[in-house]
Amino acid sequence: MKNVWVIFSKELRSYFASPIAYSIMALYAIIFGFFFYSAVKYFQQMAMQSQMMGRGFPMNINEMIIRPVLMNVSVVGLFLIPMICMRLFAEEKRSGTIELLMTSPIRDIELILGKWLAAVALYGVILVVSAVNLTFLFMYGKPDWKPILIGYLGLLLQGGALLAIGTFISTLTKNQIIAGVAGFCVSLLLWVLEWTTSFESSASSKVLAYLSVVTHFETFSKGVLDTKDVVFFVSAIFLGLFLTARSTESLRWRA
Amino acid sequence: MINVEGLTKRYGRTVAVDNVSFSVDKGQIVGFLGPNGAGKTTTMRVLTCFLPPTAGTARLAGFDVLEQPIEVKKRIGYLPESPPLYPEMEVGEYLTFVGRLKGVPAPEVPSRVDEVAKLCAITDVRNRLISKLSKGYRQRVGLAQAIIHNPDILILDEPTAGLDPKQIIETRELIKDLAKRGAHTIILSTHILPEVEQTCERVVIINRGQIVATDTVENLTHRLRGSEALSVEIEPREGSLDPAAAQSRLEQVAGVSRVVLKQTTNGRCQFEVESLQKRAIRGDLARAVVESGWNLNELRPLALSLEEIFLELTGSETENPGTTATGGAQ
Repeated sequence: MKNVWVIFSKELRSYFASPIAYSIMALYAIIFGFFFYSAVKYFQQMAMQSQMMGRGFPMNINEMIIRPVLMNVSVVGLFLIPMICMRLFAEEKRSGTIELLMTSPIRDIELILGKWLAAVALYGVILVVSAVNLTFLFMYGKPDWKPILIGYLGLLLQGGALLAIGTFISTLTKNQIIAGVAGFCVSLLLWVLEWTTSFESSASSKVLAYLSVVTHFETFSKGVLDTKDVVFFVSAIFLGLFLTARSTESLRWRA
Repeated sequence: MINVEGLTKRYGRTVAVDNVSFSVDKGQIVGFLGPNGAGKTTTMRVLTCFLPPTAGTARLAGFDVLEQPIEVKKRIGYLPESPPLYPEMEVGEYLTFVGRLKGVPAPEVPSRVDEVAKLCAITDVRNRLISKLSKGYRQRVGLAQAIIHNPDILILDEPTAGLDPKQIIETRELIKDLAKRGAHTIILSTHILPEVEQTCERVVIINRGQIVATDTVENLTHRLRGSEALSVEIEPREGSLDPAAAQSRLEQVAGVSRVVLKQTTNGRCQFEVESLQKRAIRGDLARAVVESGWNLNELRPLALSLEEIFLELTGSETENPGTTATGGAQ
């Protein structure tokens, strides 16, 4: 565990010592801010309409602002996450520091966990920064905080899963750009798999749709904590880390 | 300390290291000598558990590289060909990280960092970013990184490559110093012969993945050329000098086996003279020249260059297998 901490702190430090962490945080804040702004604006319009029509229909902040915003940013995450993890192994391989890590008395799994946890931590910090927007809702309304928490847990789990897969992709190449683009394509596929149900209703398309991360995030965005979706993300994390471990091991045989 | 037996490493069809065996005793400095692509780096990578061997075994400090890599890794310090540095880190920070990574207990890390920084003369750049360091400093940080956990075995891959002459001398001194003060067993690779002569006690010569010879530096030079080679330059005291006459005069000196005229410039003649096995001929040679009424401008022993050693070792392989000593000479 000590070794995981050593790698974790080094990785996290190098995110924050370089512009990576700050630029990703800033970009995410802008995009999140825009989605939040448009959702609030829409809500406001609906509220005015309902007042003008004289009969107030039920307006729910959680349903009308938070849920669509979280759905939108979960898609933004698909694009952002490959940028967080693309450097994890590709950079070490390119600069030769992988030789230092792999000739040090630490297990591969400690190295992988340290790196992955650092990426998850950075993503967590980004999410916390974005949550600042939501505090405004508490100032002017009374949203339920439990669904928000579950939504954020969903974002973190989804992020963890994609980061694990992205870390695996990063072990495959020396080139950060390739790792980033490949990670992005995989993320995109994991999103659009859901669309197959719209033009086909065969069993295979249902299986494909089930693999889509967005399908599984949807329940979280509603504030529902469903075991099957938690299991989906946790097993995706395990799969990603397992593949990373196998790939790291094969680095020795291939190198 | 290091025992390598029948080590083979293949990359696909290419054989990088072919059935290599050698052993190194505790406290020895051994030089791996060979041209680029001879298999030096691959051998070192196997020893450091970075690459697994295709066949054969390697044991370091009693632990097998395949079976107990973690134990091996605890006991080795490794400086790869290009120092494994993180440019965005400061020197002190980097050494602290490597110290923790190599398993130095947290409370001891600061004092170890101080110690290696002083030893490698990088104390003045401790707060500088590694990306801003010169090549010489980077190499020294790389060396500091390798010794931070006080390993039993140090493996240095071309520690002086790409340095300027002053830095090369400093690095060599540092390596010798390390061997002297600690119980480090050191393996270093190079393709520069003087480097081996100056720093190493033993030399392992590798060519095309095979060990061509392993011995002490003196023995090797001696065994390869039992005879002595000299460069002789002669100048006439007055008038001109007939190269042919001078050559025949030199050939008459007792113990001389061969005389070759190298060049004639401004009436001066330069010869390369080889002696018979184990005959001291310098005195006789000098006297012969002076007695013939010529000036002896130069009388210089010719050192064997690495190229010559290679040519001799690889050339004689087919004719006389007895001269190639494979396996632990110990």
